Amino acid sequence: MNITEKILARASGKTRVVPDDIVFANVDKAMIHDVSGPGVIKVFDKLKKEGIQVDKLWDPSKIWVAEDHFVPSAEKISAENIVKLSKFTKQYGIEKHFKYGMGQYGICHTLSHEEALVLPGEVYVGGDSHTNTSGALGTFACGLGHTDVAYVLLYGKIWFKVPETLYFKLNGKLPQNVMAKDYILKIIGDIGTDGAAYAAMQFGGTGISEMSVESRLTLTNMTTEAGAKNGIIEPDQKVFDYLAQRGAKNYSPIHGDRDAEFAKIYEYEASDLEPLVAKPYSPENIAPVRDVSGVDLDKSYIGSCTGAKYEDLEAAARILKSRKVKIRTEVVPAAISIYKKAMENGLISIFLDAGVTVGPPTCGACCGAHMGVLAKDEVCISTTNRNFPGRMGHIESKTYLASPLVAAASAITGKITDPRDL
Amino acid sequence: MGKVIKYAKDNIDTDVILPGQYLKLHDYEDIAKHAMEGIDPEFHSKVKKGDFIVAGKNFGCGSSREHAPIALSHCGISAVLAISFARIFYRNSVDGAFLLPIEIDEQTYQKISNGDDLEVDTKKNEIKNLTKNETYKMKPFSEIVSKIIAAGGLFRYKPD
Ligand code: SF4
Repeated sequence: MNITEKILARASGKTRVVPDDIVFANVDKAMIHDVSGPGVIKVFDKLKKEGIQVDKLWDPSKIWVAEDHFVPSAEKISAENIVKLSKFTKQYGIEKHFKYGMGQYGICHTLSHEEALVLPGEVYVGGDSHTNTSGALGTFACGLGHTDVAYVLLYGKIWFKVPETLYFKLNGKLPQNVMAKDYILKIIGDIGTDGAAYAAMQFGGTGISEMSVESRLTLTNMTTEAGAKNGIIEPDQKVFDYLAQRGAKNYSPIHGDRDAEFAKIYEYEASDLEPLVAKPYSPENIAPVRDVSGVDLDKSYIGSCTGAKYEDLEAAARILKSRKVKIRTEVVPAAISIYKKAMENGLISIFLDAGVTVGPPTCGACCGAHMGVLAKDEVCISTTNRNFPGRMGHIESKTYLASPLVAAASAITGKITDPRDL
Repeated sequence: MGKVIKYAKDNIDTDVILPGQYLKLHDYEDIAKHAMEGIDPEFHSKVKKGDFIVAGKNFGCGSSREHAPIALSHCGISAVLAISFARIFYRNSVDGAFLLPIEIDEQTYQKISNGDDLEVDTKKNEIKNLTKNETYKMKPFSEIVSKIIAAGGLFRYKPD
């Protein structure tokens, strides 16, 4: 069995599973945020009316809560959702509630690794489609809707169809100026936004061993854009060290068998990769940066669970250092811990000196909610993961998805720019 | 029976079905008012109870928002007929008992037109086009999905 199959087998008390088996897996961790949380509360209200017991959760210590999509609250409804969430966590005794304005908080998928909330070998579900992100730690991590998450919060288990696995092998180290983002964009361009529908995407090869944990998280994050059920990477010493630095111990990682089977194997040479963008209006609409260089921009956005980890900010800072931006540019660190590290290491000063606005951690602009949404016809280069119509604001605004290096280089020139040409 | 509202497109995503700015809404009727706003601002006023959406591949891709099937079902949509669905949209539709996600083949997708009257029979796995007097096959639901649908959603379903 491969790693996804082995995790699901262990979690459902089976010695063997094969793709298409239906399992009821025990869940190790579950997450809700300020959109899915109130959604789950709504489901609980409905269940109560139907006479289903909702007064006790399966295990409050395994559930954690993020405030990210609509913080800081821009209007009343968002503010009320935060109040709802606080009442909920208090009522059910959930202690891991990362609150805006109270120390560490940030985007849910970023907290999952920054705080080592999710560990290798576990089954983790979250009320958000990019829950896949945590698969970079060797976890089966999968996004679910409100009803499914409500079910998990009450019973600690959920049904899954065991996915078939597509294996992506990367040979060699990424060239300079090419980031994990370019690799995952390349893959999505090749297989399409439904290329991994219902399947697992597993990444391996020497290119992955060479990659930092944070880079790997960019890959698993965007497996969602290829329609995958989960993205996963076999955990190695880098992952164990990363988690140990964050105080995690006592977990039992799982590795795939040597004779593991995959539905399909794709192979890439790292040396062939180059900076790419996804053009509007789909993450599969891929072009080399140099093919679209010169496109005029209104904004550069360096934020989100995909593109505002510490390493992403560091990459942007390398470009922005001692330069000035020509267009409106926002850097939004994905969590307070990242913000603080960026401050301590001088990155925030580099951003401010370049003329960039640095915002508090939030999903805000990434999902077109608040804090810098796009107007009609505005064009943005962004380190986020989606560029469907209206994703970052007006339905006729345009978003190009790119790596932090490309977003920063483009901020300097005001046009889409390959960092190699700066 | 219901009428078809056809969007002859692939990848109709959740940002189109229910734009991100409305995610803060949790009242089902409020959510429904903004259904399909990203592609068809008239949708809410023209849809009637029992109507069907017909679309191409990968319907409902994008975010995990249950708002998407909620918005459609609370406008009256009883089923979405598409060549394929994104997995979270599919699960949400079934587990929350909001609407039926019905997979059809490319040919059937081509044959059904906007405004056609349809009848869906999930026991026979058939779709009747009353306007054109044609009958099509739908892809049968998997065993677990049909059990959950029959039970009326995940919470009413008792695993064996
Ligand atoms: S940053 Fe964007 S993609 Fe990530 S969780 Fe928030 S809204 Fe979703």
